[in-house]
Amino acid sequence: MKLAYWMYAGPAHIGTLRVASSFKNVHAIMHAPLGDDYFNVMRSMLERERDFTAATASIVDRHVLARGSQERVVDNILRKDKEERPDLIILTPTCTSSILQEDLQNFVYRASIISDSNVIFADVDHYQVNEIQAADKTMEQVVRYYLDKCYRQEKLNQFLTDAPSVNIIGIFTLGFHNQHDCRELRRLLRDLDIEINQIIPEGGSVKDLKNLPKAWFNLIPYREVGLMTAMYLNKEYGMPYISTAPMGAVDMAEWVRQIHKNVNTLALSLSSKRVDYEHYIDGQTRFVSQAAWFSRSIDCQNLTGKETVVFGDATHAASITKILAREMGIRVSCAGTYCKHDAEWFKEQIQCFCDEILITDDHAEVGDMIAHVEPSAIFGTQMERHIGKRLDIPCGVISAPVHIQNFSLGYRPFLGYEGANQIADLVYNSFALGMEDHLIDIFGGHDTREVITKSLSTDLGLIWNPESRLELSKIPRFVREKVKKNVEKLARQKGIETITVEVMYAAKEAFNT
Amino acid sequence: MSVKIYETLTVECETGNYHTFCPISCVSWLYQKIEDSFFLVVGTKTCGYFLQNALGVMIFAEPRYAMAELEEGDISAQLNDYEELKRLCIRIRKDRDPSVIIWIGTCTTEIIKMDLEGMAPKLEWEIGIPIIVARANGLDYAFTQGEDTVLAAIAHRCPEPELSIRERKETLQNLLAFHSIKKKELVKYTNNPSLVLFGSLPSNVASQLNLELKRQSIKVSGWLPAQRYTDLPSLGDGVYVCGVNPFLSRTATTLIRRKKCELIEAPFPIGPDGTRAWIEKICSVLGVETQGLEEREERIWESLKDYLDLVRGKSVFFMGDNLLEVSLARFLIRCGMIIYEIGIPYMDKRYQAAELLLLQDTCKKMCVPIPRIVEKPDNSNQIRRIRELQPDLAITGMAHANPLEARGISTKWSVEFTFAQIHGFANARDLLELVTRPLRRQKNLEDLGGTTLVRKNNKFSF
Repeated sequence: MKLAYWMYAGPAHIGTLRVASSFKNVHAIMHAPLGDDYFNVMRSMLERERDFTAATASIVDRHVLARGSQERVVDNILRKDKEERPDLIILTPTCTSSILQEDLQNFVYRASIISDSNVIFADVDHYQVNEIQAADKTMEQVVRYYLDKCYRQEKLNQFLTDAPSVNIIGIFTLGFHNQHDCRELRRLLRDLDIEINQIIPEGGSVKDLKNLPKAWFNLIPYREVGLMTAMYLNKEYGMPYISTAPMGAVDMAEWVRQIHKNVNTLALSLSSKRVDYEHYIDGQTRFVSQAAWFSRSIDCQNLTGKETVVFGDATHAASITKILAREMGIRVSCAGTYCKHDAEWFKEQIQCFCDEILITDDHAEVGDMIAHVEPSAIFGTQMERHIGKRLDIPCGVISAPVHIQNFSLGYRPFLGYEGANQIADLVYNSFALGMEDHLIDIFGGHDTREVITKSLSTDLGLIWNPESRLELSKIPRFVREKVKKNVEKLARQKGIETITVEVMYAAKEAFNT
Repeated sequence: MSVKIYETLTVECETGNYHTFCPISCVSWLYQKIEDSFFLVVGTKTCGYFLQNALGVMIFAEPRYAMAELEEGDISAQLNDYEELKRLCIRIRKDRDPSVIIWIGTCTTEIIKMDLEGMAPKLEWEIGIPIIVARANGLDYAFTQGEDTVLAAIAHRCPEPELSIRERKETLQNLLAFHSIKKKELVKYTNNPSLVLFGSLPSNVASQLNLELKRQSIKVSGWLPAQRYTDLPSLGDGVYVCGVNPFLSRTATTLIRRKKCELIEAPFPIGPDGTRAWIEKICSVLGVETQGLEEREERIWESLKDYLDLVRGKSVFFMGDNLLEVSLARFLIRCGMIIYEIGIPYMDKRYQAAELLLLQDTCKKMCVPIPRIVEKPDNSNQIRRIRELQPDLAITGMAHANPLEARGISTKWSVEFTFAQIHGFANARDLLELVTRPLRRQKNLEDLGGTTLVRKNNKFSF
């Protein structure tokens, strides 16, 4: 048993559901007790989704405990099959159902014989993998299922497209700025004259998965989710993949050069046109994107040697660490990730860019480390933002888990050249605010709270008895003065001298505050 | 699927495929209510993830609750439950020093049959802090019923009153035989036996209700739960108890059967009509004549006029997830609204009897048919009915709110009713403020056009 207050990555079924609900026309059925369909709330609230989330629960209750699910799971699958006609139904186990040890695989087998939809069982172990790993695994499972099926039916079309093309793997729902990143990637690839064969899972159709091998190679923008699929496609279909995240000017150039290499290798054997992107990289880096110029500007000079702490998922934490150290000359005192399963890669990526590396999924440990380092700014998740608030250190949010304010309506990619601009803004704003705060402290501040909250009504002649004073103190601070004013107004109107709790409620009713 | 209209009260039952919060969410308001408590949820990552997301920022205020997260070793019994819990509870005692630790059993502890009730007394004796066990799991309960299980468990710890009523009467007779100057006071005391209210309310709402009863010269001798665990009210033979929320049926049962209390079956003090009926019922049971109650209710209705104009004639559909539905529907009918359906997770007809009766009376009074009550609703069927009925307002969980809004159906998030202050006369306006907010917003955006914001070829676009 572990005493836990907070976690960075959710339980496995969330990962499976995120992949399932990103595909078009795929329905997930959770084998779960009442209340475990919280995923739908998150998706509807955080993503402000207009559609009903295609995930329902096959409820596990007392009867299931006593007699097993029996026909219930199969019935629920068939009902969804009839009602919504999805292409694929994914039966998703939860932590509860995985200890029941019912043969869900068998239910899936039975349902798949009768139903028109394909039915698969998400093969994830709740006690061994977390949300991120489960998402990775489920995506690979879905891709493998459809490709194997086509292979067996000998319908697989393995001919490459004429022009260079790619698949983008790993854009999905509730991902950190994924929608914006996806748009930015599209733009970059258009600039490079490369076609997009497919984007999965977001908005993709499982019916099209059979065409995945037609692309020349795969792009994996975030290594947390998509790498397994890419490795599978590499092994079975010999598709090369690029797992560098095009985040920051240097990695961006590296990413373009890798594309360049891949395109040219295949172009040679397909005797099609060869490409050269060096000119593009140079132009974009120096003149189109502002990030490189920003690094040289006087603003950024002021940031030299400032201390920071970075924490997040492996992709974002590593990239941001590299950007801060390599591109802005900021000192990263400690960089860390909660992706424990990917610790080796993470360490290798950043070991020469930071003083210390922290691999943990315990937020208290991260908090202690931040308190110990006392950096001028933090770049982390929603949790580090709150740690920063407590310690009075500004924080830029760079990675999931995040709250609704990070699902911005405006265009905010982290990838590509526009992403580099956004990151530069984020970094600069975090520090600038920190400096401003500091200056205010030195010069005695412009905090006018005292003056504003000082009641303008005269307290003369009115006595608050102890109970009413206590009651008043319970009212939230931001409305307290207003309440006080109204109560005293009523008391004066009615000629009451001592204010009691009764008078307070009478005032509430009278003024509806 | 047409909608049947009933003349009498009927409760239908559907498949139970509906969305609601897990009952462990009660931790979020109970730990704030009981100031010296610590809630330990014994469950998995799934429970923790739910709590952390459902409670939003509250988690960052050094909460007095935590997960005892079960790992593979716990599930396969490689680790000793007792030793593990002991280790965690000792740490909690060291860090927070609470007056009581409340273990919340979850689905997983049910399935692996962890004997929390058996371990608690032993550990309590060993570490010297009371440990209470509440099984608030999603296998058996929905959302607010979590509070019910916790309060039912706490009720067992309430002290016995020092004097039972019978003894009190005897003492009184003895005293009356003598020529005592305290006679008058004692008469008043017996006329007003001990009354304990149960249900967790914010402290200012609780004191508002106390005051309402005080106006009728009824003294509330305590609340279950009290602000502190160490202040639990005495309960026992002859103590009258009355609920303030419709989801407390287990607590009521425990109070009657185990603590031998007298239950006052009243409608719930939600809305001015409910509050008046609640006070009247308490007064009638305790033999007190009410004073100025009718005028008071009248005045409150008067002050709600602007909101009432807004809601009159509008229709409402309750999808059902927190058991407040019947009381809210009754209030809204009295406000002049039309209710198409009352979805509800669980309907205890005995505990809610007075509320259901008031619902019937209200319908008769307002000349509207009694709405159908659907227990254990099926969300996909309900969405089909909503599409057909096009209500002016759907009161629903967050999972459905945005998709319905995108299809031009105004919604109100039902969970807000659990967290907002809705009890008593003084809060009637707050309640209507919640109900009318989507209607007012709609009015503000009326001229904007395009109320349906999903593409036509989309599934369920309606």
